[in-house]
Amino acid sequence: MTDLAVPGKSAAVVWFTGRRAALGLALLALALLPLWMPGSYYVNIASQILFYAVFALAIDVLLGYGGLVSLGHAGVFGITCYTVAVALGAGYGHVAAILLGIGVTLAGMAVYAVVALRATGIGFLMITLALGQILWGLAYRWISVTNGDNGLSLASRPAPFGLSLASANAFYYATLVVFLLSLALAAVFVHSPFGAALRGTRDQPARMNALGFNVFLVRFLACLFSGLLTALAGILFVYYNQFISPQALALTASAEVVLMVISGGAGTLLGPIVGAALVVIMKNVASAYIVRWNFLLGAIFVAIVVFVPEGLVPGSVRLWRWARRPRGKSGGKAAP
Amino acid sequence: MTALAVRDLEKSFGGLRVTRAVNLAVAPGERRLIIGPNGAGKTTLFNLICGEFRPDGGSISLFGAELTGLASRRRAHMGLSRTYQIITLFPKDTLLRNVVLSLLGLDKRRWNPLIRLDAQHDLVDKARAALARVDLAHLAMRPLSETSYGERRRVEIAMALAQSPRLLMLDEPFAGLSIDERRDVQKLLAGIPRDVTIVMIEHDMDVALEFAERISVMHFGEIVVEGTRAEVVNHPRTKEIYLGD
Repeated sequence: MTDLAVPGKSAAVVWFTGRRAALGLALLALALLPLWMPGSYYVNIASQILFYAVFALAIDVLLGYGGLVSLGHAGVFGITCYTVAVALGAGYGHVAAILLGIGVTLAGMAVYAVVALRATGIGFLMITLALGQILWGLAYRWISVTNGDNGLSLASRPAPFGLSLASANAFYYATLVVFLLSLALAAVFVHSPFGAALRGTRDQPARMNALGFNVFLVRFLACLFSGLLTALAGILFVYYNQFISPQALALTASAEVVLMVISGGAGTLLGPIVGAALVVIMKNVASAYIVRWNFLLGAIFVAIVVFVPEGLVPGSVRLWRWARRPRGKSGGKAAP
Repeated sequence: MTALAVRDLEKSFGGLRVTRAVNLAVAPGERRLIIGPNGAGKTTLFNLICGEFRPDGGSISLFGAELTGLASRRRAHMGLSRTYQIITLFPKDTLLRNVVLSLLGLDKRRWNPLIRLDAQHDLVDKARAALARVDLAHLAMRPLSETSYGERRRVEIAMALAQSPRLLMLDEPFAGLSIDERRDVQKLLAGIPRDVTIVMIEHDMDVALEFAERISVMHFGEIVVEGTRAEVVNHPRTKEIYLGD
């Protein structure tokens, strides 16, 4: 197999030699996590990290690989959550509710994409922000369906193959399966010819058009894939909380996931996962010890922007290479 | 049948008429040079032919097939490839990946999200062959950002040739090149087979006049002189445009 990427620079996903061993160890650690965590509280936090990582991957497909910054994705996420909650409330089973959630989200994402893709850059960002606010407004004001500010509750979690997901451990394993599936899907997607086309439209859209690519359609289909990942994250979120309210669709929720991607490293697969872990841990763990945890989170983001502007994962790779560079005897400068 | 037929092509930007009833007929296999002072409308004409601008009037056809109004991506699928005056490539990628992207543009696999691009050996082999054609096979795995300006010009040409075009549009392919690099590109262009028709804009008269069989001189959006090298060079209007009264 020929690696077409820039040698040594595409390895942000797994950034050291023996990456298969590292991947195996990571999988083992994730599989055994409930055994070595001190309690169900931390297992629940791990579940949150995993479904936010799926959500961040959805954003990363557009932001990192497509160059499209969406500030309304929490609205799309909310479509899934409300569809599942409303379907369950209407008496549908879990399978039907989940399928409806995915279907309605993809339909909603198609409309969202057609409207938002009329522009790129700052225009795309502003349109998605507006669409996100419209969806938030609907969740807030369409009281007959969404119950407004009071939100909707779910009576139970599903029990696939007779296995109840009521406990923290069981839900964690279900989340882990969906996370790994989403990560595998994203990995296949970004390394495919279509993924290459998407990156091309990010870097040189006019050139891609001249080469024979339908830039709009490439971006539209990427939005649908992002919508699929968003729907998967939304399903996990709504079952985890067994509750959905307009707060989940707010602008801050969209911005938070964009920050996860940017802080971890846009355009990498590991970056959004690291970013999701950072934000979720800060929100849930650091906030228990530090009252002004938002201040700390902000300081961390500032530090990331200053020291590793490309994000924690690619930035760590760069710093690691810099530390391992060949040095001369006297000055410590790189050898020629 | 003409390879490229442009009839009464008009384009204005606001009150400025950039092309005025331009007519052009390029025969299959011909090497046509379009010259003219800065601001004559040469690049606008290129962008109209390639579909990056929509004309206000007139028509364009490629081997008898109507192109007017078609998106540039459709023109690529009909056999029209181009290079840019300002190099427009993918600097984060290797040379090989740049050319693979070019091949992918005309390949149905570009829509496939389930296969690995690296594993498409036929595309990779074709891309390597295209790079070998421009003497860059040895740099295939080098990031584009680590190559010289002249090498990038050759990558642009490799990407265009990789698409096996029927009409190749070259927008100032010698711009910014050193004497040695010009010689390399000149040799490369001379080696392109006759089943590819070439239309070129160029300011370097020494290399361009040697390359072209027929020349069109543009001035203020119009083609004012057209003919063989000798006819154009000796035409009083050409002298007037380039040397003044």
